[in-house]
Amino acid sequence: MRLNPRLEQTVARTVLWVFTFATVAVLLFIIIFILSRGLPVLSLDFLTRSPVDMGKGGGIFSTIVGTLALTLLAILVATPLGVGTAIYLTEYTWGGPVTRVIRFGAECLAGIPSIIFGLFGFILFVTKLKFGWSILSGGLTLAFMLLPTIIRTSEEAIKSVPPSYRQVSFSLGSTKWQTVTRVVLPSAMPGIVTGIILSVGRSIGETAATIFTAGSALRLPTSIFSSSRTMSVHFYILAREGISMPNAYGTAAILVLSILAINLLTYTLMNKFIRKYR
Amino acid sequence: MNGAGTTTIEITEFSHYFGSVQTLKRITLDVLRNEIMGVIGPAGSGKSTFLCALNRLNDLVRGSRVEGLVRIDGQDIYGPEVNIVELRRKLGMVFATPVPLPRSIFENIVFGARLAGRMGKEEMSELVRDSLEKVSLWEEVKDRLDSSALQLSGGQQQRLCIARILALKADFILLDEPTSGLDPISTMKIEESLRLLKRDHTIILVTNNVKQSARVADRTAFFLGGELVEIGLTDRIFTAPADRRTDDYLRGRFG
Repeated sequence: MRLNPRLEQTVARTVLWVFTFATVAVLLFIIIFILSRGLPVLSLDFLTRSPVDMGKGGGIFSTIVGTLALTLLAILVATPLGVGTAIYLTEYTWGGPVTRVIRFGAECLAGIPSIIFGLFGFILFVTKLKFGWSILSGGLTLAFMLLPTIIRTSEEAIKSVPPSYRQVSFSLGSTKWQTVTRVVLPSAMPGIVTGIILSVGRSIGETAATIFTAGSALRLPTSIFSSSRTMSVHFYILAREGISMPNAYGTAAILVLSILAINLLTYTLMNKFIRKYR
Repeated sequence: MNGAGTTTIEITEFSHYFGSVQTLKRITLDVLRNEIMGVIGPAGSGKSTFLCALNRLNDLVRGSRVEGLVRIDGQDIYGPEVNIVELRRKLGMVFATPVPLPRSIFENIVFGARLAGRMGKEEMSELVRDSLEKVSLWEEVKDRLDSSALQLSGGQQQRLCIARILALKADFILLDEPTSGLDPISTMKIEESLRLLKRDHTIILVTNNVKQSARVADRTAFFLGGELVEIGLTDRIFTAPADRRTDDYLRGRFG
């Protein structure tokens, strides 16, 4: 049976619209669901006080600090490693078998469940290197988990810089390094930063890898050797052990809001950055 | 410049390969100081490879290999002690599509000079003005030096690219079909600039457009399939080509 092309067109448009609508609806539903339950709990106290009585009372201040510290450490470690690897793979190799093996390895790493990273971090950092349950162990574990994403996105961003830019840069008498730092990286920056932001989001939301490595202490961390609970872990424990559902939703609301805020911020910054010279 | 008309680039039995493909076949020719040498030939005749052999830009392509000798002002440019960065600064290159870097007009001009060493603000402004004036772009852009170079028209972008290599204080200007994407007016402006630039530079102009070579080149070289078929004074090449193939190409029998 053949459909009349015009009808076919209408059906296609409708079906695609329904798919899109469903996707957006689910997203909105999740956000509204979390916020409607979480927002009423939020107050300045909730944000600035540390948990009391296992989280039944008080706020989530120490877990916010813990999350920020872990994420910051993870990004500080993963960015230079990941971007450096991406630069090496794209600019300094001809794409031979070694490059392919490294790239393949990085891609496999991306598919490993985060709990395996948690286990690895626990064995290597917590016990073997004796960092204990700490922000250091957690941050390093997260960094390894984020590496594949950062390498991948940076590589794509670097590859999308027109080859003619490199040619021009070399023809104007730059060395390879000058070409990389003055022409390639600035042009690839929006893509690289996007990858880093994605990673920030992932590390804020990560639970499995951090509960094994950063522990779940509720005290305010004082150094990178302190154990600390992240917001996601806090949420998990509050909800799982039925300690306080309202506080769990409050934590979830903060998580959702911070990820929204990070995305918005990046989006605005990128737009500004891109508009300047394009 | 002193020594106009004397040999400055001396190419002897020069061959080039990309992997197993031979792209230039035992080229022998001299480039004279302060001349505009036109290089014509159909697509795939090795014109661009020839140009990129002179500033060693071919080195960027994997499997690029050379035989024979290229001497520029007496120096073997494929010799072991050659400083490639300095070589490329000496032989500025303009590509077929204008490629302004995604920076301001000002930053584009000083890009190469900045790499070479620190410069004072005053010195840079002067360099920018001077370079832009030489390609008669100054009047058009002097009020928006800080805006993106990507906003210029195609013709302006290409003149910017020429100004950018003038700012390098390059002795040679290598142009690879610089007007292939431009309208006749922009093309005319660029050809005009080239005639002026000849006073201080030696220019090699690869072009798809034989008429362009006839208009601006002092001598014209005809390449075909990686070979140099013939080279001579432009008038002579266009009126009395020595080789049958040159005649056929100029008459439009192929290419």
